[in-house]
Amino acid sequence: MTTPHPELAALEHEGDLAGFCPGCHGGLDVYDPRTRRVWIGLLVKADGQECELRINPELELFEHTCSGTLQEGALLDDVTCPHCGMSLVEQDRACEACGAPAFTLDVSVHSRVSPLSLCTRAGCHWHGVSTQAAAKLKAAVPRQDKPEQDATLRVRNFGEVSYGFDTARAVAEASRCLQCKKPGCVDGCPVQVDIPGFVALVAKGEFAPAARLIRRRNALPAVCGRVCPQDDQCEKLCVLGKKAEPLAVGALERFVADFERETDQVRLPRRAARSGHRVAVVGSGPAGLTLAADLGVLGHSVTIFESLHEPGGVLVYGIPEFRLPKGIVQAETGNLRHLGVKFELNSIVGKLYGLQELFELGFDAVYVATGAGLPGFMGVPGENLCNIVSANEYLTRVNLMKAYLFPDYDTPAPKGSRVAVVGGGNVAMDCARTALRMGAREATIVYRRTRAEMPAREDEILHAEQEGVRFHYLASPTRYIGDEQRWVRQMQCVRMKMGEPDDTGRRMPIPMLSSTFLMDVDMVIVAVGAGPNKVLFEGAPGLERNERGYIRTFTESGRTSVPQVWAGGDIVTGSATVILAMGAARKAADDIHAFLKGGGSDWLPEAPGGGGGAVAETQQPAGAAGQAAVGTPQHPAATGLAGGVA
Amino acid sequence: MYSIADRQELTKRDMVSLTVEAPQIARKIVPGQFVVVRVNETGERIPLTVAHRDVATGTITMIVQVVGKSTALLASLRVGDAIKDLCGPLGTPQRFDKVGTVVGIGGGSGIAVLHHLLGGYRDAGNRIIGIIGAREKDLVILEEDMRALCDELVVTTDDGSYGAHGKVTDGLKTLVERQERIDRVVAVGPLVMMRAVAQMTRVYGLPTEVSLNPIMVDGTGMCGGCRCTVGGKTKFACVDGPHFDAFEVDFDELIQRNQMYQRDERTSLLTSVKAK
Repeated sequence: MTTPHPELAALEHEGDLAGFCPGCHGGLDVYDPRTRRVWIGLLVKADGQECELRINPELELFEHTCSGTLQEGALLDDVTCPHCGMSLVEQDRACEACGAPAFTLDVSVHSRVSPLSLCTRAGCHWHGVSTQAAAKLKAAVPRQDKPEQDATLRVRNFGEVSYGFDTARAVAEASRCLQCKKPGCVDGCPVQVDIPGFVALVAKGEFAPAARLIRRRNALPAVCGRVCPQDDQCEKLCVLGKKAEPLAVGALERFVADFERETDQVRLPRRAARSGHRVAVVGSGPAGLTLAADLGVLGHSVTIFESLHEPGGVLVYGIPEFRLPKGIVQAETGNLRHLGVKFELNSIVGKLYGLQELFELGFDAVYVATGAGLPGFMGVPGENLCNIVSANEYLTRVNLMKAYLFPDYDTPAPKGSRVAVVGGGNVAMDCARTALRMGAREATIVYRRTRAEMPAREDEILHAEQEGVRFHYLASPTRYIGDEQRWVRQMQCVRMKMGEPDDTGRRMPIPMLSSTFLMDVDMVIVAVGAGPNKVLFEGAPGLERNERGYIRTFTESGRTSVPQVWAGGDIVTGSATVILAMGAARKAADDIHAFLKGGGSDWLPEAPGGGGGAVAETQQPAGAAGQAAVGTPQHPAATGLAGGVA
Repeated sequence: MYSIADRQELTKRDMVSLTVEAPQIARKIVPGQFVVVRVNETGERIPLTVAHRDVATGTITMIVQVVGKSTALLASLRVGDAIKDLCGPLGTPQRFDKVGTVVGIGGGSGIAVLHHLLGGYRDAGNRIIGIIGAREKDLVILEEDMRALCDELVVTTDDGSYGAHGKVTDGLKTLVERQERIDRVVAVGPLVMMRAVAQMTRVYGLPTEVSLNPIMVDGTGMCGGCRCTVGGKTKFACVDGPHFDAFEVDFDELIQRNQMYQRDERTSLLTSVKAK
């Protein structure tokens, strides 16, 4: 009596059994839909005899042999793949049922079927599958491809590049998850989404509940599924990734979020009873939205102040439509409105309202999440020539102002046929790919390090390469040359070589002597990073900043030098990722909630800048202990967020 | 949405004054600061300097000179219509020191801004001389308001159809030639005019400030589209300005930069005309 192994049961449901020989790509598994059985065809050498063996691991072993007959109790010399000749016998062993000689067939390298321990005695139907073998099996199942718009077509439109999984692919991919007891992926997630939990639901076909499970930790799943650097976070720590490719967590997250939205099954968490507290959030980017969602659910009345005319921050002005359709951001911000969050658009804190004025308006807490919105320039001669723009300006014109629909929309974008993009981050990729879509004949990324050091997501680099973006590594502009109308015509660059690693472990590029060369360009986009916008600070006296101009925080939750003002996201850390900003916001939300409920507790563990009296560390979050060991006693967790980078 | 409370045609052709309900901005804005306006869903964001504010009625007044599609759209609005987005106050507030005699030079829609700025200087206790210019008589705006504000007002027209024949710089020259004591010059108007004023005052050694109005998108320091070279350094007019020392501004660069989208502006205007 044998029990069908669950893996085999799952296989039958899929209908399509694609176990392929790596040598010839011939089918190894044979699935007979009439009998609903899987057979594995193998070449067996036993006692000098060769025969073809077809195994139905689920039912009777050795039922069919095409030529010759295996002797009862015969010791197998070898079992090989009929296509590539690879030996599949792992070890000789004794049958656990009858004690006869048995062996383990590692067919998993060729098929979806687990390694099997088989007994050679006729009539003994014993076979077993080890858990270790199960992991091997899953690793052998290839990661599902993410369907994408064809590269030659998509450079002509602003439609989304990645189509995402359909239900079949999502289930297939989710079934690869090992459901680890100690999941590394969750540790890799800045907001600790229950990844195995939601993946298990996907595998069962329960997509909307899966989305709701994500929503408990992440208010913007459709956004994060698209723009998170998963390859550096959850997927980096996936056990499957050690042997083969990691689980496609990001694509699954995106799938369930899209499924939930498109099938109209978004069910927001129930709001707690009104707390009577009011919280002002400055900036409606990822951090602001996350915090608003968290505190909204907890019953606080949240108002987001946004300087632009549309909420979303970098999600609407920075990330292009072909990577993150704006309809998705609108849906997410719409969800927040349902949670009672108010949006004050066109409202610049620092100008229209001072920071203290917000308290006069009746807010009990203020969260500053204004991001890193100041465009960086390199300060090289000629940078103010016409048709040299910052990445911020270019992307804002095209995305937020919809210049790609010009003249239906009134805002134009600069145009060029030979466009150079300076920088190597996601923003640089976005700019180069946008330029191609806006009609550039060629777009070249000019980056001072090599491909290996580029900070952009691997997916974005690949997509850019597929779309025909050119890459000029180890080069940096030193001068721009214009025509008599002051339009840029050439870019002078210097070649670089990689030097020794600096303190951060990143190798620094060094300019090579007399290595300048000229590039013909008629448009340049400068995408060399961003800094803190200072507009806020005009209306925020007393808000301490660090030497780089970002807000100094004194706890991991983002408390600033001004009582009842928290800060988080890029305005604290400098340019980082959407998800890190969201992680910071989550910590702040917990602390703000505790603060509002607890009434007036001591604001900071110790007075800012040191020298203050000893104050009890009542609000110190658990995670700050490790930070305290690193930082000085005066600033227990001033670098708290940076420390959270995986 | 921000309702239009009042609309006045300042010239027969292309200049209107729009008074818009925006109580919070009216409370905060000071002379010389600007707002960014987006007329409708498909509109551009354009910076407009505020010429007047009224805290009591909660309104701000902007002078719109029709130069392209967006300004034409704005000028076509009637009382009761609304502007979709209005964001401000933007720009660094101007400091009004008591220096003695301030000569304000304005051209085109800059006259309205100048009026606002000179009000600040007058309140600080300065003696005010105004020079305003236009191509022809019909294009001279706010003459009465200026006359009421200034201790002396000179009007110039290019064709001599009204006031003194010539440019505003000729008006300034006259003042200098009659040995008028001038402690500061404030110039607001087309870039070419401001450049001409700066060239002249540099010769005479008269401290001069200008109010720049370059191309902007957000107006909050986020895009860098408005960058200009001031004193050899790159400044963002939206957050570092819009007021700068005229002698330090690279006008030639700015004049070119302001023409970056000229072809697109024509396309935009043409398609909207065709649509009608």
